[in-house]
Amino acid sequence: MDNLAALTEEALKLVAEAQDMAALDHVRVEYLGKKGQITALLKTLGKLSAEERPAAGAEINKAKQQVQEQITVAKDGFEKAAIDEKLASETIDVTLSGRGQTNGGLHPVTRTLQRIEDIFAAAGYDVEEGPEIEDDFHNFEALNIPAHHPARAMHDTFYVDPAQLDDPDGTYVLRTHTSGVQVRTMENKEPPIRIICPGRVYRCDSDLTHTPMFHQVEGLVVDKDISFADLKGTVSQFLKAFFEKDVEVRFRPSYFPFTEPSAEMDIQCTNCGGEGCRVCSNTGWLEVGGCGMVHPNVFKASGVDPEVYTGFAFGMGADRLAMLRYGVNDLRLFFESDLKFLRQF
Amino acid sequence: MKVSESWLREWVNPDINTADLMEQLTMAGLEVDGVEAAAGEFSGVLVGEIVSIEQHPDADKLRVCQVAGHPEGMRQVVCGAPNARAGIKIPFATVGSLLPPDENGKPFKIKKAKLRGVESHGMLCAQNELQVGEDSDGIWELPASVETGADLREVLNLDDKLIEIDLTPNRGDCLSIKGVARDVGVLNRVAVSEPQIDAVAAISGETFPVTITAGKQCPRYVGRVIKGVNLNQTSPLWMQEKLRRAGNRSISPVVDVTNFVLLELGQPMHAFDLGTLKQGINVRMAEQGEELTLLDGQEVKLNADTLVIADAERAIAMAGIMGGEATAVSDTTQDIFLESAFFDPIAIAGRARNYGLHTDSSHRYERGVDYQLQEQAIERATELLMSIVGGEPGPLVLVESADHMPAERSVTLRRERILRGLGFAMDDAEVVDILTRLGLGLLNTRETGWEFSVPSYRFDISIEEDLLEELARVYGYNNLPTTSLVADLALLPREEAKIGLPVVRRQLIARGYQEAIAYSFVEPKLLALFDPSATPVKLLNPISADMAVMRTTLWPGLVTALQYNLNRQQSRVRLFETGQRFVRRASGLAQEPVVAGLIYGERGAEAWSSEPGKVDFYDIKGDLESVLNLVGDDSVFTFEKAENDALHPGQSAAVLKNGEVVGYVGALHPQIQQELGIAQPVYLFEVNQASVLLASIPAFQELSKFPEVRRDLALLIDREIPAQNLVNTARNGAGEHLVDLKVFDVYQGEGIDPHRKSVALGLTFQHPSRTLTEDEINASVDTVVKQLETEFNATQR
Ligand SMILES: [Zn+2]
Repeated sequence: MDNLAALTEEALKLVAEAQDMAALDHVRVEYLGKKGQITALLKTLGKLSAEERPAAGAEINKAKQQVQEQITVAKDGFEKAAIDEKLASETIDVTLSGRGQTNGGLHPVTRTLQRIEDIFAAAGYDVEEGPEIEDDFHNFEALNIPAHHPARAMHDTFYVDPAQLDDPDGTYVLRTHTSGVQVRTMENKEPPIRIICPGRVYRCDSDLTHTPMFHQVEGLVVDKDISFADLKGTVSQFLKAFFEKDVEVRFRPSYFPFTEPSAEMDIQCTNCGGEGCRVCSNTGWLEVGGCGMVHPNVFKASGVDPEVYTGFAFGMGADRLAMLRYGVNDLRLFFESDLKFLRQF
Repeated sequence: MKVSESWLREWVNPDINTADLMEQLTMAGLEVDGVEAAAGEFSGVLVGEIVSIEQHPDADKLRVCQVAGHPEGMRQVVCGAPNARAGIKIPFATVGSLLPPDENGKPFKIKKAKLRGVESHGMLCAQNELQVGEDSDGIWELPASVETGADLREVLNLDDKLIEIDLTPNRGDCLSIKGVARDVGVLNRVAVSEPQIDAVAAISGETFPVTITAGKQCPRYVGRVIKGVNLNQTSPLWMQEKLRRAGNRSISPVVDVTNFVLLELGQPMHAFDLGTLKQGINVRMAEQGEELTLLDGQEVKLNADTLVIADAERAIAMAGIMGGEATAVSDTTQDIFLESAFFDPIAIAGRARNYGLHTDSSHRYERGVDYQLQEQAIERATELLMSIVGGEPGPLVLVESADHMPAERSVTLRRERILRGLGFAMDDAEVVDILTRLGLGLLNTRETGWEFSVPSYRFDISIEEDLLEELARVYGYNNLPTTSLVADLALLPREEAKIGLPVVRRQLIARGYQEAIAYSFVEPKLLALFDPSATPVKLLNPISADMAVMRTTLWPGLVTALQYNLNRQQSRVRLFETGQRFVRRASGLAQEPVVAGLIYGERGAEAWSSEPGKVDFYDIKGDLESVLNLVGDDSVFTFEKAENDALHPGQSAAVLKNGEVVGYVGALHPQIQQELGIAQPVYLFEVNQASVLLASIPAFQELSKFPEVRRDLALLIDREIPAQNLVNTARNGAGEHLVDLKVFDVYQGEGIDPHRKSVALGLTFQHPSRTLTEDEINASVDTVVKQLETEFNATQR
């Protein structure tokens, strides 16, 4: 009992001097373990009187506790140091790029078409598609463009050798517009109809501003009491939605055999805001497409009663819209598949 | 069509400037494409007259002219033009005058000069030097009638604008000054003043007989003989100028006058040399193969669908398109026969194009020429001709087949339809006002609307909607109301099983693919490399030989795109395309939407962390599987070793959905790769869109609370046996409690028979409602092993 203070001091000194966990453990076993020197003092309590015993016992326990506390503190210190060391050794350069496949991207025209589809889908339009090798009826006749109609000359049509087709005596073309899809839809579905028809179209024309293949989105709405005012509203709303801008839209009388009245729609130049620039040939306006009220002959050819229903249709060049939206200055880039170009979208 | 503003303003002169006039035309559907000045910018150029001319003493090609016209008297000008001669009037740029600017925008100033020692006080100009025409062959010879000394700009009215109008095919009525003036008059509510055209009194009694055999195609033919013309005349300057500004060259008085009437009134006309005509005119259909040499020297073999003007012996003109050479008016012509006819647009439409022709005349006839214009036009032409070349006109000969004349048209317009079609109620008075100003006649007014007659020049008006367009056009499209579409907002069923193409595209993009769009037509030779057995759909009029057939696979386009990028320092390429291929099926031509992809080069984009190595078959197969996975339960898809002409025979698989081939995946055939000069292997896939766009909808299955037990089997089988076969057999043999089966290792090489490979299968068993016993599992595994032994001679390692 007499040497409690000395033992305690000795133990605390050893704790303070310990260099690692093992040394600490050694101290614990040596002094606080079952056979430890401080623990052993408890066995000497029996020699004391009943009065002295509690106080002496408490003192021994206090000393044990004191040593144990110091051991714990030292232990925590060692653990923390060990963790710190591990963390330091595991530190990496977090500015290096991550592992795995980098994303590719959509073609700008597809991106544009999907955007257009989304805008119209939100208002309940369905997307309809159709064949690209089209018969004369669906590309021309049903659209009020009989053979020899001067409007056929406007189309620069690609004709297809019918030998490989269903009717070897028929006339087939690469569709010059997606209007055939409108006709097919009207043939198969009762109004009300609200559709858009995106897709590839073909014209036998190739220069700086024309490629023999390009993309169109056409729209068709057929219902009772659809008016030219609805057409103007729909087309203007679409253009504003597409460009996310309150662009000015104007309608000019034009001619398409499949609509009457017909119009071309222009938007105020997105590049110069109407001041006049190279993009708009100094007119301040950009042609973005054609539209009109569905011609009664088209309705009749498609099995819709023009006395009951009216409707409008519109068509726009998706490639042109993509050029305007993203500032692409050469149409031909769309079809060259240059990765440096494609990766920009 | 090029319209001289000053000519137009002779007819109708609204109080608006050029820019406003152009805007107005465009907004009324007569789209203005551009405007140019009738002459370049120049000043100080006078009408000069060469009074005398001498050879330059020191230069063979130069001559020294004494020129009158300068207010201060005679001026000496050295001139090199071959046509310079005494007595002619010419544009005279005096000292100090400014000629049109060069490319740098600087005007060219005329100064006093010495040419080879001889003083020159000005310059005599060619047309192109003043930018009033193309002619650069010599100095511009002005008619003798112009006053010497007058300012050239003033005397020729050169401060004029030429407005290019791009007319839509329905507006044939505007293919003349008269027609454009009519619309401008309506738009501005101002009167149109037509020139006075009187019937010319016959001086001779001479006529030439006209018969119409093809009455349907030619309902109306007006002819006139003019005897004793003097063709050594030139057309007056004002006429030459009007022609020039419309884009026509002055050729001869007769041609000029017919061209002038065509431009002014819109009536194409033709003049024959009467002396060359035999017996009489017959308007008939050509005989198949009949020959005709046209005015331009071209010899054509006529088709039977072509209307001709013939005499008793032969076709002498392609009606409404071009006259013939043999009967053309020439310098020696003494008597002429003038033609002014109405041909049915349907009889002319497309015919010129069939012969590779397109003329001012065919352009108008195809679109419709006013069928009441013929007499007025021939009177106008006669009068103009006589004023230039003299002659004695005979009486008009008019042959008409009344049965075939276009019927008088009338159109009913319902008030209610205006509201319904245009979305607003136009004032009654305004409706009648607009339409009558356009030349329609109000026949009847009814409770519900009106009935209007259609003028003979408006071939584009025949139904109610045409009148709505006229109302809208004149009222102004942009003045009409604009509304939001009103529609039923009912919610409709949405097909969950339909996967949109955007989802497929997104998946490939996430795997590093860039979308490409290639032309649907390809080079036949290139396509044959990929698909030698196909007979692709051919274009009859391809734009070039390398875009002549429709693709039967998207691979040529993708590989072409690969080459394009390899040539531009790209070494790692991942591309996909969606689109149609055009293939022959038993049921006929199929236009199948497919999705195709290509990978090439390094497996990973170059980065510090990339695993090194080039892509191989399993990379592209993995990409494809990630797409197939979109359908949910992708066990419907299987792969089979397959032959494909475009692919490496040892590295190609067919993709099957429920046992049916829906696509292919593999390495490009090394021979094709070599032929195309591509350094490393190319991997490709192509599958039908239909097969990946329809998914299964998830159906929940109760989760088992009981433990899974896994057993692994390492089997030796012959190398050529596909692992899939092993899996199929194992799956069949393992019984209903097998919940998962995977191939987790494949090994061939050191340590095993060189003809064999080791395949490790992991089988997982689980029962939904109890723990499986060891015996049950052992029995299942034994069955599997036995079946593999019998079927594939598999042995356990
Ligand atoms: Zn602009």
